[in-house]
Amino acid sequence: MERVCEEIKSIPGFSQICPEAFQYTSEQPKVLQINVGRKCNLACKHCHLNCGPDRTEMISRSVLSACLSVYRKHGYETIDITGGAPELCPDLKWFICEAEQVCSDIIVRSNATVWLEDGFGDYPEFFAAHHVTLFLSLPYYRAKEADRQRGEGNFDREITCIRRLNSLGYGKDPDKILNFVYNPNGALLPPPQEAMEAEYRLRLAAEYGIVFNNLFCLTNNPIGRFGAFLKRSGNLERYMQKLYGALNPETFEGMMCRTQISVGYDGSIYDCDFNQAADIPVAGRKTIFDLANESYQRRRIVFGRHCYGCTAGAGSS
Amino acid sequence: METYYKPEDLGKFATMGEEAPKLWESFMNYYGQVFADGALPAKEKSLIAFAVALAVQCPYCIDSYTQDYLEKGGNEEELTEAAHVACAIRGGASLVHGVQMKNIVKDQMF
Repeated sequence: MERVCEEIKSIPGFSQICPEAFQYTSEQPKVLQINVGRKCNLACKHCHLNCGPDRTEMISRSVLSACLSVYRKHGYETIDITGGAPELCPDLKWFICEAEQVCSDIIVRSNATVWLEDGFGDYPEFFAAHHVTLFLSLPYYRAKEADRQRGEGNFDREITCIRRLNSLGYGKDPDKILNFVYNPNGALLPPPQEAMEAEYRLRLAAEYGIVFNNLFCLTNNPIGRFGAFLKRSGNLERYMQKLYGALNPETFEGMMCRTQISVGYDGSIYDCDFNQAADIPVAGRKTIFDLANESYQRRRIVFGRHCYGCTAGAGSS
Repeated sequence: METYYKPEDLGKFATMGEEAPKLWESFMNYYGQVFADGALPAKEKSLIAFAVALAVQCPYCIDSYTQDYLEKGGNEEELTEAAHVACAIRGGASLVHGVQMKNIVKDQMF
């Protein structure tokens, strides 16, 4: 995949500005993130992975099994499942049933609208029965802005799904956590999380009677479909300068790559999902099968200019 | 000079401190405090700044505060309504000065 942000030489390479101490993973890993496939029922404009209905990449059961081995062996705390739309993975339910035997913190990142497609309608009940924490992409509290990013009609479709989750106890019961994820609608930085969460809570409750636990405001990463938009629209240089200008040194220590590993559908491993999107494997090009046969070792993180997306403002993960 | 207004000039704003660093520092300190959360939240202040920018027709400020307001979670509909507020006040200010014309007419004509 083309990494357009590396064309911007007016800002230094990320390794040059990141303190040496934070260029390595931490002593204790926390999150095992698995990208189960690039196939998605949507094709969102901000997607750093270029996911969509035409993608065919899908994880196998053997890779998923190796993920569980590594989870147990290396002492991770969380299994974080992403995609694409993870529900489109035929082995997702099997994997969650296996994972809950060893992991009490399972996260699924979903667009929710896929539950309205034929054959996927029982997912809300399944997730509730297995106490899965849900992170739903919800780019705004109004249809106009949300649909601009995700396609016409998808805001209303998602609202239907969220109401169903609320009726199952999501956003209300302590073991059914419902979080939303905000992404800016273009070449902009995200708003302060606390203020935006309050706005979402107010608007969604008033308009739709919806409740939720937390809102996470993420920065759009300048790779993939979003990177292509930046270049096409002439916003690339300005956006990279904006990220660099918003650099917050306090975010280095908590960068998600320091405590996680990102697994691709084919078992390749990366320092994070953005490196996976940019096809930048971990140093040494190991696979999840390699990790299953060795103990956890700290590793040097591979950086690129897209990493400024995780250190702007309050940071992003 | 092909144009008086160039987008990159906004990045040179700080050069206004070169000959008057104390004044610049005082201004920036004041500016930062003005736009911090106070009795009014920073988001509302950003929208006011946008409307004032339209009223004084400063392209740098229009650019900055359109982005700033969107980055504080606002939307295009709210910015458009603010633009109409600026328009109404500017238009209204012209129109209400018409009363001066009427006063002159009343004073000086039969």
